Amino acid sequence: MTEGAANQRIDTVAALRDAAITTLLAFGLFLPLIGFHTVTNIRNELELDTRWPLLFSIVAVVGVARLAYSFLLAPWLERIKLRPMATTTPAWRATFGKWFVPFCIGFVIVYPAIIIAATGFGGALKWVDNFGIQILIYVMLGWGLNIVVGLAGLLDLGYVAFYAVGAYAYALLAKEFGFSFWILLPLAGVMSSFWGILLGFPVLRLRGDYLAIVTLAFGEIIRIVLVNWVDVTNGYAGISGIPRPSFFGIPFNANDDGFAATFGLEFSPIYRTIFLYYLILALALLTAFVTVRLRRLPVGRAWEALREDEIACRSLGINTTHTKLTAFGMGAMFAGFAGSFFAARQGFISPESFTFLESATILAIVVLGGMGSQIGVAIAAIAMIGGTEIMRELDFLKQIFGESFDPTQYRMLLFGFAMVIIMVLRPRGLISTRAPSVFLKEPKPVPVDLVKQGHG
Amino acid sequence: MEVFLQQLINGITLGSIYGLIAIGYTMVFGIIGMVNFAHGDVFMVAAFVALVAFLILTTWLGISSIAVALFIVLIVAMLFTSLVNWIIERLAYRPLRGSFRLAPLISAIGMSIFLSNFVQVSQGPRNKAIPPMVQGDFVLVTHNDYAVTLSFKQLIIWGVTAVLLVCFWYLVARTRLGRAQRACEQDQRMAALVGVNVDQTISLTFVIAAALAAVAGTMYLMYYGVVSFSDGFVPGVKAFTAAVLGGIGSLPGAVIGGLLIGLIETMWSAYFSIDYKDVAAFSVLAITLIFLPQGLFGRPDVEKV
Amino acid sequence: MTIAGDILLRVEHLTMRFGGLVAVDDLSFEARQGEITALIGPNGAGKTTVFNCITGFYKPSEGRIGLCHGDAAIWSELDALTDSGKRGITRGDSGLYLLERMPDYLVTQNARVARTFQNIRLFPGMTVLENLLVAQHNALMVASGYTLFGIFGLPSYHRAERASVEKARDWLNRVGLIHRADDPAGDLPYGDQRRLEIARAMCTDPVLLCLDEPAAGLNPRESAQLNELLMSIGNEHGISILLIEHDMSVVMEISDHVVVLDYGIKISDGAPDVVRNDPKVIAAYLGVPDHEVEKVGAEIGL
Ligand SMILES: Nc1ncnc2c1ncn2[C@@H]1O[C@H](COP(=O)(O)OP(=O)(O)OP(=O)(O)O)[C@@H](O)[C@H]1O
Ligand SMILES: [Mg+2]
Repeated sequence: MTEGAANQRIDTVAALRDAAITTLLAFGLFLPLIGFHTVTNIRNELELDTRWPLLFSIVAVVGVARLAYSFLLAPWLERIKLRPMATTTPAWRATFGKWFVPFCIGFVIVYPAIIIAATGFGGALKWVDNFGIQILIYVMLGWGLNIVVGLAGLLDLGYVAFYAVGAYAYALLAKEFGFSFWILLPLAGVMSSFWGILLGFPVLRLRGDYLAIVTLAFGEIIRIVLVNWVDVTNGYAGISGIPRPSFFGIPFNANDDGFAATFGLEFSPIYRTIFLYYLILALALLTAFVTVRLRRLPVGRAWEALREDEIACRSLGINTTHTKLTAFGMGAMFAGFAGSFFAARQGFISPESFTFLESATILAIVVLGGMGSQIGVAIAAIAMIGGTEIMRELDFLKQIFGESFDPTQYRMLLFGFAMVIIMVLRPRGLISTRAPSVFLKEPKPVPVDLVKQGHG
Repeated sequence: MEVFLQQLINGITLGSIYGLIAIGYTMVFGIIGMVNFAHGDVFMVAAFVALVAFLILTTWLGISSIAVALFIVLIVAMLFTSLVNWIIERLAYRPLRGSFRLAPLISAIGMSIFLSNFVQVSQGPRNKAIPPMVQGDFVLVTHNDYAVTLSFKQLIIWGVTAVLLVCFWYLVARTRLGRAQRACEQDQRMAALVGVNVDQTISLTFVIAAALAAVAGTMYLMYYGVVSFSDGFVPGVKAFTAAVLGGIGSLPGAVIGGLLIGLIETMWSAYFSIDYKDVAAFSVLAITLIFLPQGLFGRPDVEKV
Repeated sequence: MTIAGDILLRVEHLTMRFGGLVAVDDLSFEARQGEITALIGPNGAGKTTVFNCITGFYKPSEGRIGLCHGDAAIWSELDALTDSGKRGITRGDSGLYLLERMPDYLVTQNARVARTFQNIRLFPGMTVLENLLVAQHNALMVASGYTLFGIFGLPSYHRAERASVEKARDWLNRVGLIHRADDPAGDLPYGDQRRLEIARAMCTDPVLLCLDEPAAGLNPRESAQLNELLMSIGNEHGISILLIEHDMSVVMEISDHVVVLDYGIKISDGAPDVVRNDPKVIAAYLGVPDHEVEKVGAEIGL
């Protein structure tokens, strides 16, 4: 009892000291860039402003957070650690696991209907477009990259290049030759896949981080070419007026032969949005379906084996060159599909949409989800993209912080911060088991610390 | 010929800046085997700190001697950036040491996004331009109205880089810290067993890397007189290219790689196409990694079966 | 068609240099069909390097490595094949391959030489069964129509996959790991991992199995089981084995033929009891010059 009390006291002293140090560090850290503000005055000269209240409130928040950590969070974490680990999964978990995926698929299928019921036609547009379609694009890209990074263990930081190839392929061919979306979709996939294999070929020997950097370089080179090859790509200005997809030949417009008129409905832009929603949903599910199938085929198993040990693969007669190239090609193909969908949905594309940040986001989604896990990737995409999209909706914060406060500014700031935090807390990602692709008696999930994550 | 000479001077200047950043990449990679993606943004933060310090000194305190101001700015930027990098390592990388390989890379990418957006939010998205700190130049050659000049700015950059490299070389080659670093590079567990404080050594490596990046940032600000929140990424990738070209892990390699990249970039801009100057650097990166992955001075990485 | 005692593998003038270091120096030896050939020598003698040359992981600096499938008569075409610049030829059921010309994966795929590694190389995050299916990659790849049929789930692929699982099950029974089939390979104890690696190599359907120190780290009981396994692989399947081993009890008990290397040079070659009494071999293992062998041998009671 007394000993416990003594411990408690020492803890308090230590916690206070920690908090003091943290506060001091935070002050030093934030002083130059938050304490001072560089502003350009009317004479176009740079001047300094101070923001002491802001600086002190941030430093105070950090200090208090540190105290809260020592007194509340740390003991709680300690208790969790001491709690005996459950050895058998409870029955509800098993049931939950079985029904989770069908439930999710069911939910995304009826999602537009729910939204329309909840917000009416006017409000639904934003929710289906910004949340539904936007997130699904990233889910699809995440699943595509998951083949390359998660399964084959090849670190690709230039994935967005193939997305760009798909988008520009659709935009240029649709504008020049007037081909329809349904012809160009597979064509864009094939072209991206071709580029994937072409760029994959020279970098096959590289491992780990080096591969990541080379693919980053390739991605940037493609972007710079898109920027500077103005004759074809129209440079920074981008390509606008890209033909939108039609409902199997019936365009979505207000004309008499338009979708609404044909089906005897009142014209509304929501129809096109809903159509696009189901289109990207179908594409994403196709990606997932193909990946699930491939994992159970020899190629898929060879990808995973390659991630575990390339030399062992070669000793078993596996042509690792072909295996890696198929992974690159497959991943790039799905990016190409997503790219052509993106171009068709926006009606406008420019190199701005295909920056390194985009590649980093997709890679982050794959890694945060738990590499190789499709559900994890989907959850990560919803959390990261949905989370940043939500930032656009937080107008009520203006009432707290004043009119000049713009929450959207903080989207990427928080995004980067979340990446660091999630990695520190769950370095293996959200889903940390691997499901075996084949079993004799019963499938036992493989704990992920046995799984190697790419060679390097 | 004159154009070539001028580009040579400009290239060496640019290359010095890249070299200073590249040392940070190479040292961190050498000791914990990680590409510190946020290093380019640490460099950018340093340039902003230098900017703030410069404004405080000149507009508030009214220091008129540029030499004194520049010296103080340099020290302030180095101290502050070291603190930043020390904290980054503690918070974002140390918990992930020994974890699986991708985690620190993703954490570093997240940190890079965070830093550039932090500066964007706190200082605004616009370019920050200051009046030229140092003016004047030597005219070396004049021919057909084309004067080859070596500006004082460039001279300062050369001088500061050279002095710092000598200090730095001494630190790494001749002191206990340097020995501890090399021990950790070889085998961290073994180093810990024989009494090297591994955590501290790694922290100090980040601090040194940041200090050199801060020098680069200050020089960058002085040379171009303008900086923006997005100025971290491209110089960062180019400096990384320099580190790879020189042979990652090799310190002289990083400096020579930096100079080469600087030269390639300026020559390319002068003789081929300025629009595609970044393509030159990225292509060098890809070509080096593909055909000469051990770089000019690195040890070849043999695949032992 | 194969006749025990015919030459299966012929290594001629094999030399491997790493910079200035000559790891293998002008080595020639033969391995016969159905036999267990042991390659022994002190640490650093170059044994693993010989394996790496045979299995295509290293390109030898010099030398020729021939391997024959089926009828040994095809050896007569060895020189013609060498001059033709081709990697191998087939005549009906028989084939002749020049391993030094083949990339590693083709050595396994076409020449059907399988191997294990000195430091075990399993796929630790895949289950035991998956490890064995990866080994049947090439056969399954053809059955899945290079993925095309497999994607659409055609029955012919399912049949092939079931057959592969059966084969894997068979091998798991042989090595006594059937109860661990669905566990991750990385979870197995060391001895089991060694046996799994051998089973995995066998799943590639080899004619020659190269084992790099399979008994290293095994206890005496496991070691005895391993002896039995290796003998049965040789006897029941007619598969030849090339074996690197430091454990002399294993070598002397199961091998038909022993080749001794020291500093990359072959110092002895013959039946186990001949090699055992060769003073050069004893000298190499004791690390003393030849003429002192008798003295030192007497001292330690040989
Ligand atoms: N890839 C390589 N590069 C350079 N040297 C090598 C390489 N592979 C092997 N060596 C050298 O060749 C020599 C023979 O090595 P090898 O591994 O073949 O010996 P070994 O007989 O298998 O020894 P052990 O019994 O210890 O396994 C050693 O000196 C080794 O350092
Ligand atoms: Mg060996």
